[in-house]
Amino acid sequence: MPGLGTSFGRGGATTAQQDLVNADAILIMGSSMAENHPVGFRWVIKARERGATIIHVDPRFSRTSAMADLWVPLRAGSDIVFLGALVNYVLTNDLAFRDYIVPFTNAATIISEDFRDTEDLDGLFSGWDAENKQYSTESWAYEGSKPKASGESAEHDRGGHAKERGGSSMEMPETPPSDPTLQHPRSVYQILTRHFARYTPAMVEDVCGVQRDTFLQVADAYCRASGPDKTGTICYALGWTQHSTGVQTIRTAAILQLLLGNIGRPGGGILALRGHASIQGSTDIPTLYDVLPGYLAMPKHGADAGSLHSYIDKHRLPRGWWAHYDRYIVSLLKAWYGDAAQPHNDFGFGWMPRITGDHSHFGYWLDMADARTVEGLFVMGQNPAVGGANAGLERRALGNLKWLVVRDMVETETATFWLDSPEVARGELPPETVGTEVFFFPAAGQAEKEGCFTNTQRLLQWHQKAVDPPGDARSEAWFVYHLGRRLKERAARDTSPRNAGLRALTWDYGTSGPHHEPDVEQVLQEINGRSLADRSQLPGFHALANDGSTACGCWIYSGVYPSPGRNRANERDPHGPYGHGWGFSWPADRRILYNRASARPDGRPWSERKKLVWWDETMREWTGLDTPDFGRTKAPDYVPPPGSTGDEGLRGDAPFIMHPDGMGWIWVPDGLKDGPLPAHYEPLESPVANAVYRQQTNPAADPKRRSDNPYADSPGDPRYPCVLTTYRLTEHHTAGGMTRTLSHLAELQPESFCEISPELATTIDVRNGDQVELTTPRGSIVTRALVTGRIRPLVVQGKTIHQVGLPWHWGYRGLTTGPVANDLVAISEEPNVKIMEAKALVCRIDRWSPRS
Amino acid sequence: MVTAFLTDTTLCIGCKACEVACKEWNQVPSDGCTFTGFSYDNTAGLGHSTWRHVKFVERMFDGASAEPAGLSRASGSEPRGYRSNAFRWDFSSDVCKHCEHAGCLEACPTGSIVRTEFGGVYIQPDVCNGCGYCVVTCPFGVVDRRPDDGRAFKCTFCYDRQKAGLQPACATACPTESIVFGEIDELRVRAYARIEELRARGIEDAVVYDPQDTSVGGTHAIFVLRGRPEEYNLPSKPEVPTVHLRDGWTGAAVGAGLILFGTLAAFIGTSLTNPGTNPGNSSRALRASRER
Repeated sequence: MPGLGTSFGRGGATTAQQDLVNADAILIMGSSMAENHPVGFRWVIKARERGATIIHVDPRFSRTSAMADLWVPLRAGSDIVFLGALVNYVLTNDLAFRDYIVPFTNAATIISEDFRDTEDLDGLFSGWDAENKQYSTESWAYEGSKPKASGESAEHDRGGHAKERGGSSMEMPETPPSDPTLQHPRSVYQILTRHFARYTPAMVEDVCGVQRDTFLQVADAYCRASGPDKTGTICYALGWTQHSTGVQTIRTAAILQLLLGNIGRPGGGILALRGHASIQGSTDIPTLYDVLPGYLAMPKHGADAGSLHSYIDKHRLPRGWWAHYDRYIVSLLKAWYGDAAQPHNDFGFGWMPRITGDHSHFGYWLDMADARTVEGLFVMGQNPAVGGANAGLERRALGNLKWLVVRDMVETETATFWLDSPEVARGELPPETVGTEVFFFPAAGQAEKEGCFTNTQRLLQWHQKAVDPPGDARSEAWFVYHLGRRLKERAARDTSPRNAGLRALTWDYGTSGPHHEPDVEQVLQEINGRSLADRSQLPGFHALANDGSTACGCWIYSGVYPSPGRNRANERDPHGPYGHGWGFSWPADRRILYNRASARPDGRPWSERKKLVWWDETMREWTGLDTPDFGRTKAPDYVPPPGSTGDEGLRGDAPFIMHPDGMGWIWVPDGLKDGPLPAHYEPLESPVANAVYRQQTNPAADPKRRSDNPYADSPGDPRYPCVLTTYRLTEHHTAGGMTRTLSHLAELQPESFCEISPELATTIDVRNGDQVELTTPRGSIVTRALVTGRIRPLVVQGKTIHQVGLPWHWGYRGLTTGPVANDLVAISEEPNVKIMEAKALVCRIDRWSPRS
Repeated sequence: MVTAFLTDTTLCIGCKACEVACKEWNQVPSDGCTFTGFSYDNTAGLGHSTWRHVKFVERMFDGASAEPAGLSRASGSEPRGYRSNAFRWDFSSDVCKHCEHAGCLEACPTGSIVRTEFGGVYIQPDVCNGCGYCVVTCPFGVVDRRPDDGRAFKCTFCYDRQKAGLQPACATACPTESIVFGEIDELRVRAYARIEELRARGIEDAVVYDPQDTSVGGTHAIFVLRGRPEEYNLPSKPEVPTVHLRDGWTGAAVGAGLILFGTLAAFIGTSLTNPGTNPGNSSRALRASRER
């Protein structure tokens, strides 16, 4: 989510699904929302019934396209060109919402004269370090910025999930120089205009395979639905993220939305559709290696981990809500280490683990594959033998472990990789040679345990237990709690210094029932935070202190449990158009983020039709239909006195209160690893050369090229002429453990298949339902061909490009089995979030006939 | 209250939640895992173990077709109402129609099939003897016998849920209100209002499917469709087989009368023209003719 985090300040969808009804246009791209979010799609249907234009841009005609006004097929991996051309269309036709962008975004801000654009460097931005394959971002800073004084080493630590807030290594001036006329040649607006000038409709035709007229139709429809009394929303999902340029794709959408004035307003925004239940929750209270709860940075050895003081110094920003970084981290340390966390020991900061390398999924998995340091692995709520990129490599790596723990509702492919995987079937992995000891723990289903989900729109919703789990099945909370309890018991006996943190860890949740289930409401209370003096629950994050008098497990969730017995995630009394009273939307139950922008700089709504939050002059406070995402009594004409910090340091017309300048960032001066602006690079495997710049692929992406993770030659490997893209179907859930094992779901999509156009089918002499073999440098699979007009060949750079669509749910267990689609996908790392490129690769397709 | 389903195909997203909710609530077994190759439809049709079925109709409008302007041929004009693409993928959730004059009910010899107080047609599984008359008399091909069991099964209109004041499982699960459940007259009004609305938006081919002017006499499953009902595998003029009964019986009676008359006439005629005929001669004459 750094794409949204750096643009707006928070790594979460800026809007709520219910708000889609207020949109005048909805652009769905990089998502098949009707298929993968059918319940949320009801709001798209409602918007359409009210007259909104629904546009679906996607390589294939899906169930979402069927419901849209416009379907635009494009080549997988060319999204930035399409979106960049929309940005260019806005700029060249002077359609930007000037009254919005001048006060609310950094469009007018002037950039350092050291900056050189991709225009000047043929696809690279200034600051590229070819040796270390990374950017140094000093030249991207606002004019007048100074390097931050820090006692730590010079090693840069940009990007990554924790930089969702767009923290800066450069200290920006208190009032960055700007030109409200947008004429200054180094103003963001002018740089943007020059940067996107080559993203023309002709370029769209040439790179995306989208006809010029069609593109213009989309541009016209979307731009026309934006302005003071109109708004448009953009919805995306993994079709944007799983690319080597995923974060910058989302950035392009953010730029478009800021230019059109569509952020913080009803029916506007960017809706990040999360892959499954509580994925938003799992970045808020992260399962990621580089983030602490609430998007605080995980300390990195040698960079910021020397002392709490230097760590805070590095991450605290002078103005905006990140000025209180010390309160958030100290309160977190107090929640974790309790009384043992004291000022004299840096509140236990030294006990916290450090990042010493690439501990991402692929980082440690490749370590496993090389049998280096990883001995054991817990797999919970995941099935990497099916869902992991280059799944064959991932399965073989499991055989190098000493032990493997799998917790799931069914015995997944990951748990039986040693028994019935394709490697075993091919004789590459004889079970008797696998030394891994596999422990399978049956897990309770969601109706068999209570707890909390945080969904796509940052909404925390509590769910009750309906029935007891059967047999030995237990909840995750039970497993983790008792594992921690036992580890602490061991640590108590072993007094070595490395166990000091474990010994200090507070682990005092109450338990109940015959199985000693931990009380998960107590966990939510700890997350909410409490005052340590009187053990009272905190009303919200504004009450946090930096002196160790408060404890809070995740500052952005503070307020979810504000008083004893009041679990706001469990409240079910919705009222008003945004459903306040049903669940709790972080932060502070704000349903539309940055909603100060729904009012003019002077505090009046932009229009009656699009009013959301406004300044009440008589009451001298912000009011409206949503909880204001702004200081409640900060007047629109407030100008901070020189030297003021925190929220007081931001003006009364600065809606993006997490950013140190209070602006929406069209330009990201720091916080991303691959550029202050998006640039189109071809996927790591592409049938064509990059027509936009000489630089073929994202220079900062890491392909993890190795003998067991090989790539096709790019561009245009004749062995792999087709584009391959993977996706999910409504009928199955991710790696299939929860659906391929249920007859009522398995029968709806009973076999693995790929979707190809009638033209491609003719070329390879395949009829509907025939078996085909799909091959990439990583492997090959045999699957059915579903021949359909829903997939169309595209003409790109004069070449006919065939695309193959491949749902990836199948594996070798369950009621329906099939080849593992992810055997075809390479392990690669997008520079900011280290995600693989599963949505655009190349393949070969042949008719398959069984060999005798 | 007399109730009905209104299934609006223009709102259906093909998620199949209705199929699954129906099977879950009614504990209907699996149909088996068979890949049909027919779009995303792998349950193929209504049957003994599929009481809600979502059809997937893929349609390409090319060349000189009079269908809405396709995107590939568009020229920067404003969108013309949804589903204006050159390619169309329509979804429609089919179900037992619960006919006013139900062929199955009329044919059932055991009294297993009854009309409920909600207007639905319900097969009592404990009475059904598996004769299969209802299968052949359903004008929509809905009723089906389960091979391992022999008895006939179909949508129960969620009689148990309706008794408890709930709406059927399919309508409850539908995320886009494509399946609406309610009082039948209200839904009829709503259906016609809906097509007026759709037509006003330029969707000229929207129609209500509610065969009231045939012998079926209307159904408790009303549909909003686009185009001809046959494209959704629905007969445009469904008829209850029993409407042919009177014709059938009349024909049989006339036939029987003619035979009787012919027979009598033969006897009467013979006795009039050849009063002294010996039956033995006649047998011999017949034998002689066979030998020739």
